[in-house]
Amino acid sequence: MVNENNEIKKHILSILVDNQPGVLSRIAGLFSGRGFNIESLCVAETADPLVSRVTLVTMGSDFIVEQIKKQLNKLINVIKVIDFSDADFVQREMVMVKVRAKPEHRAEILRTADIFRSKVVDVGARCYILELTGDEGKVDAFLNLLKPMGIKEIARTGAIALARDNK
Amino acid sequence: MKALQSEGVDTIFGYPGGAVLDIYDELAKTDIRHILVRHEQGAVHAADGYARASGRVGVCLVTSGPGATNTVTGIASAYMDSVPIVVLTGQVNSNLIGNDAFQEVDIVGITRPCTKHNYLVQSLKDLPRIIKEAFHIASSGRPGPVLIDLPKDIMQATGSYRAAKGVELKSYHPTYEPNMKQLPKVVDLIKASKKPAVFAGGGVILSKASKELTEFVKKIRAPITTSLMGLGAFPASDPLWLGMIGMHGTYRANMTSAECDLLVAIGVRFDDRVTGKIDTFAPNARIVHIDIDPTSIRKNIRVSIPIVGDCKITLQKLNALLGKEKLGSLRKGRKPWLDQIEKWKATRPLAYTQKETIKPQFVVEKLYELTHGEAIITTEVGQNQMWAAQYYHFDRPNAFITSGGLGVMGFGLPAAIGAQIAHPDKIVADIAGDGSIQMNIQEMATAVQYKLPIKIVILNNSYLGMVRQWQELFYDRCYSCTEMDHAPDFVKLAEAYGAVGLRASKVEEVIPVLKNGLSIQRPVIMDFVVEREEGVYPMVPAGASITEMLLV
Repeated sequence: MVNENNEIKKHILSILVDNQPGVLSRIAGLFSGRGFNIESLCVAETADPLVSRVTLVTMGSDFIVEQIKKQLNKLINVIKVIDFSDADFVQREMVMVKVRAKPEHRAEILRTADIFRSKVVDVGARCYILELTGDEGKVDAFLNLLKPMGIKEIARTGAIALARDNK
Repeated sequence: MKALQSEGVDTIFGYPGGAVLDIYDELAKTDIRHILVRHEQGAVHAADGYARASGRVGVCLVTSGPGATNTVTGIASAYMDSVPIVVLTGQVNSNLIGNDAFQEVDIVGITRPCTKHNYLVQSLKDLPRIIKEAFHIASSGRPGPVLIDLPKDIMQATGSYRAAKGVELKSYHPTYEPNMKQLPKVVDLIKASKKPAVFAGGGVILSKASKELTEFVKKIRAPITTSLMGLGAFPASDPLWLGMIGMHGTYRANMTSAECDLLVAIGVRFDDRVTGKIDTFAPNARIVHIDIDPTSIRKNIRVSIPIVGDCKITLQKLNALLGKEKLGSLRKGRKPWLDQIEKWKATRPLAYTQKETIKPQFVVEKLYELTHGEAIITTEVGQNQMWAAQYYHFDRPNAFITSGGLGVMGFGLPAAIGAQIAHPDKIVADIAGDGSIQMNIQEMATAVQYKLPIKIVILNNSYLGMVRQWQELFYDRCYSCTEMDHAPDFVKLAEAYGAVGLRASKVEEVIPVLKNGLSIQRPVIMDFVVEREEGVYPMVPAGASITEMLLV
């Protein structure tokens, strides 16, 4: 392997692909077949219904990530690969968390939700479900604060991202 | 069918079955030549051999399920060696897909990682476009296999044929033109270099750049080696030729790579069989890497100047730039370096000693002499392949056809069939071992049926020789399961197929058998009973530096 900058870094890749069956499998197969790793993955249609955007978070040295990008570009159905670590970008994740709502904790939970601009989307006798969007750090911090109350379940999306308009 | 004909297809290698009955029915009404193989793996290897010998796209057609799965080894081999083929597979009716129907398999899923691209046709109207795209993708950029899966109901449907216009793939644009800013840097490195070397590979042959490569090498007067896949890209009879590099490369080629101060690598991918231990490969050299596939560059090895581009175009432009330079004194200054290489050549040449029993190298060398180096050679995989590479000296491209990347035993016989169909007038010989020839021996029937005068040269040591050699060197001579002490009588086997069988067991029989075999205009098996424990040398142990050669 090339001995250059071997520092392992997180990279958010935004991959524009043909919106066709089997394309996700080609991408996932490339990662598993070549021993690259996927931290998270989000796929949805773009403004153009013929094109989907795959937002994929991966870890690797510059050398590995360069190879990942080249391999992705080689797939016939991949239109464009953007690495956000080279650009100014906005990143968001979303989480829904079901937290135990003991009477003595309810005020605390609601106050935390308020501070993080989280929404309460379901209120039950024993649990609340809260919804939050934000970057990875914000979501992690939110979950850490709720942990002492007793988290029952978490559903969390991977990151999605867009580059900022260059002014 | 019309779509296939419009791509210039005149030959298909195939095997019919339930899901492709409709295609075969239509095929009978065209003038496309169909070669009926005896196993679907043979169809793909034959299409591969045809493509490599002719420089055109090879086509094969098989049925669904097992027909499709039997093609996988052939497809994977073509993928590793970047061979342009299109594989048409039958599929069950579209409404049955996913229902575990009879002879159903998800071949698009199975072949996704070993095709350049693949398609499941979902509507008849897409078919002309898909066929056009498939041929374009298979043959452009870095070539490779493309598979098209054809559900039976769509093949039964009829419609008026509307030819697809051009290919419009918004996400596929191979880079042919090199970055012109990089090329002057290469010229500067060449001028500054005292000990340059060139390392070429299969990419040169694929882009038909042998002439340009030869001009380049002579201009800069640098010694040249190639990978296994690059043999024939540069004439082996030229004094600048070093022989093959790598695990079974020549002493001088491996030493040159270790000592050079500049390595110009063209159309190669720095496979582990070439580099040995990566950290010690060409330790003193600046490396220029020219390849059309960006993923090949910086995949395995550090590179000083990466150039993404077609080998032919890039070499043309480099030659034009070099044409403006005064290189006379540069060429004179090469003398000490070339003298050093001559010394390596003189002290450690490729050699063997012919005693009482037939040496396999002797057979290959005599085959080379008797065919004047003009035969198309296919090989199986193992010792036979390496002796073919070392002792048959290729002066022309597209003459050495071997499963290099995947290393498929059973490749040579069907590949010879494909090559012979592409070149009916040339001598096509498969250099085989007694183990690997049995892996697709059924294709003898194909050769006989189509009267293809292929020559099969079996170097018969009653061992799986290459594995035995590793066991000898690295596993204390524990010859576990490598002795093939129960093999058919290949002479009788040839006769049973309706071919000619000849055998040589003594040294003096080798030349008469070869002469006789080469003169017969029918398929011939020549069985050479050779020294049982002969090894392929030089040999670099796996994972060692390529200068750590075992020489015997």
